[in-house]
Amino acid sequence: MKLEKGTPLIDQHDENGYWGGKFGGNQIAESLNYPIEELTREFEKLRNDETFIAERDYYFKNFVGAPTPFIKLENLTKHLGGAQIYCKLVSKATGGAHKAYNAVVHSLICKRLGKTYIGGDTGAGYAGKMLSMAAAKFNLKCKIFMGAKDVERQSINVFSMRSYGAEVVPVNSGSQTLVDAVSECMRWWTSENEEAHMCVGSTVGPTIFVKICAWSTAQISREMKKQVIDEFGEVPKDMKLINCVGGGSSAAGFWNEWIDYDNVELIGVEAGGPEGSSKHAAPLTNDSPIGVLHGATQYVIQDDQGEIEETESISAGLDYPGVSPLHCFLKETGRARYTSASDEEAIEAFQLVSKNEGFVSPSLEPSHAFAEAIKIAPKLNKDTIIVVDSCGDSAKDSKIIAERLGYKI
Amino acid sequence: MTSSTLIKSFDRAKEHNRAALLTYTVGGDPDKKTSLNIFKSIAKSGVDIIECGLGHGANIGDGGAIQDSTYRALSSGIKTDDIFEIIEEFKKDYETDVIIMTYQNKIMAYGEDDFLEKCVNSKVSGIICVDWPWPLNLDFAKKCKENSIVFIQLLCPTTNEERLKSILSDAHEVVYYISMLSTTGQKLKVSSDEIKKRFNLIKKISPNKKCIIGFGITADTINDFKDTDACVVGSALCREITRSIDEELNPATNVGNMVADLKQKLSS
Repeated sequence: MKLEKGTPLIDQHDENGYWGGKFGGNQIAESLNYPIEELTREFEKLRNDETFIAERDYYFKNFVGAPTPFIKLENLTKHLGGAQIYCKLVSKATGGAHKAYNAVVHSLICKRLGKTYIGGDTGAGYAGKMLSMAAAKFNLKCKIFMGAKDVERQSINVFSMRSYGAEVVPVNSGSQTLVDAVSECMRWWTSENEEAHMCVGSTVGPTIFVKICAWSTAQISREMKKQVIDEFGEVPKDMKLINCVGGGSSAAGFWNEWIDYDNVELIGVEAGGPEGSSKHAAPLTNDSPIGVLHGATQYVIQDDQGEIEETESISAGLDYPGVSPLHCFLKETGRARYTSASDEEAIEAFQLVSKNEGFVSPSLEPSHAFAEAIKIAPKLNKDTIIVVDSCGDSAKDSKIIAERLGYKI
Repeated sequence: MTSSTLIKSFDRAKEHNRAALLTYTVGGDPDKKTSLNIFKSIAKSGVDIIECGLGHGANIGDGGAIQDSTYRALSSGIKTDDIFEIIEEFKKDYETDVIIMTYQNKIMAYGEDDFLEKCVNSKVSGIICVDWPWPLNLDFAKKCKENSIVFIQLLCPTTNEERLKSILSDAHEVVYYISMLSTTGQKLKVSSDEIKKRFNLIKKISPNKKCIIGFGITADTINDFKDTDACVVGSALCREITRSIDEELNPATNVGNMVADLKQKLSS
């Protein structure tokens, strides 16, 4: 399996939608074939449409707040005493995470398709929050599917979604987390696709959803590339880009422009779950078997019967048994390296970064990425540049973190 | 040769001037023994073909009633091998054809070749795989054919004519028409006449292929499909299993009675 230089990662799939002839695809019911073909045609047209691109950029800049800051974490660098640590502060995007990019693009596509109703899934609640935000702005009726367990643990985001006028549907089947929310959302779309558009909240699902999401979050690396050159005058000779990986939308966007730069190391950090527990949400790190989940072939945490196994992570946004076909492809080609951080390491990383940097206080998802940076930075010298994508703000996790640390709020 | 017995099941119904009746229940719901009894009871009530669900927890096509059934089966520890054992046991006493309806990951996890070997050994006549669309399924469909198992291609209202023709040209002797855009068990949102119009188009393109109509058919509408090839009732039966369990009644007896009623309505 090989990467092709000069071709965008999202386009390196075959005619059936498989990256590396193996990951992704459209393993869907026949009832979804037509809307997926329709969406594919529309997206391929729009991505080459200058008016559409201008419209996208307008909303990215004025509503989402692109570009987000690229800053050096001076105190953390000094504290760890090795590589220089930088941060792409994507959490400064409106709504507090990268999910706004995908939500805006899907809402614009929905309108171009002449549809007035949009539905989506959410785990941590970010994808749902941003989609309901965008839906309100673009006058779309909005429905968000969310695992009942996540509705409980991410109540702040649920409140936001309802404030933006979205209907939040708690999903009570299975593990009551993101995996079930995505299944339920796809079932809903199977019934409603003539009138409604579906937004998959990450780089998962049938091929076209992987592509649209990664194309949207690519804004992160597009703007960062300029920021890196402004800062260093050139692309540093030794640069490592660390990103957390759940479904993988944030990492796909953070890495997109750097795939062809061999001197830039890409490190994905999955959720290792609680220390000492056999449960995790790290299918790439733990070599989970390949299977079909939500319409695509990928590494997926499952038992020998093909049943999806329950995952466990303190971070709702990473608590997903599968992973983007793009990351399966990047792993298989050796282009990216994947590892995991435990719940405990993520909490410690959150504390260390927040205490040292103040203005940067990562949510539990990017705290996993920071955990890896903290692990490797002291072993490296100052010529190495580490950039961590802080793709979420800790505000939404305050309740969970406070409880874990023994505070009452 | 299982595929030839399957065709005969359709032909027998046609001789009686009616469509073949198919039932869908989830294998292993609520447990192995009861599930086998349900199959036997359904067979005694005169069903033509039994569709046995090999359920998957993270499915994207099942409505609420079938999800409940799948959840019950999986919670009672049902494994793919148990489904084969139920079918094998059933086939010892009954000639009724059995089709497995499942999701791709179940076949992938078991291994395609092993899965087919088990199908042959337990006398499964056909396979429907909900999330394995044409043309991605062609290699597997070919393997099915080599084992005399009918791989049943799916068609739906939004399958355009060009695609319809291509699928039908590759299809084995039997196809399945999903009557409306929905998951299983929702209220029929298109008229029976519209469904039959589409059915007739399929038959016009491929007169020799048997076409099963499924999704949304209940006791109230089943007679509308009398002059088609075959129709399936599923969610109503799964709901009956749920009701029987809740009310501590015998699911096999109740589902059997329901099937007898459906058969009568289809024959009248």
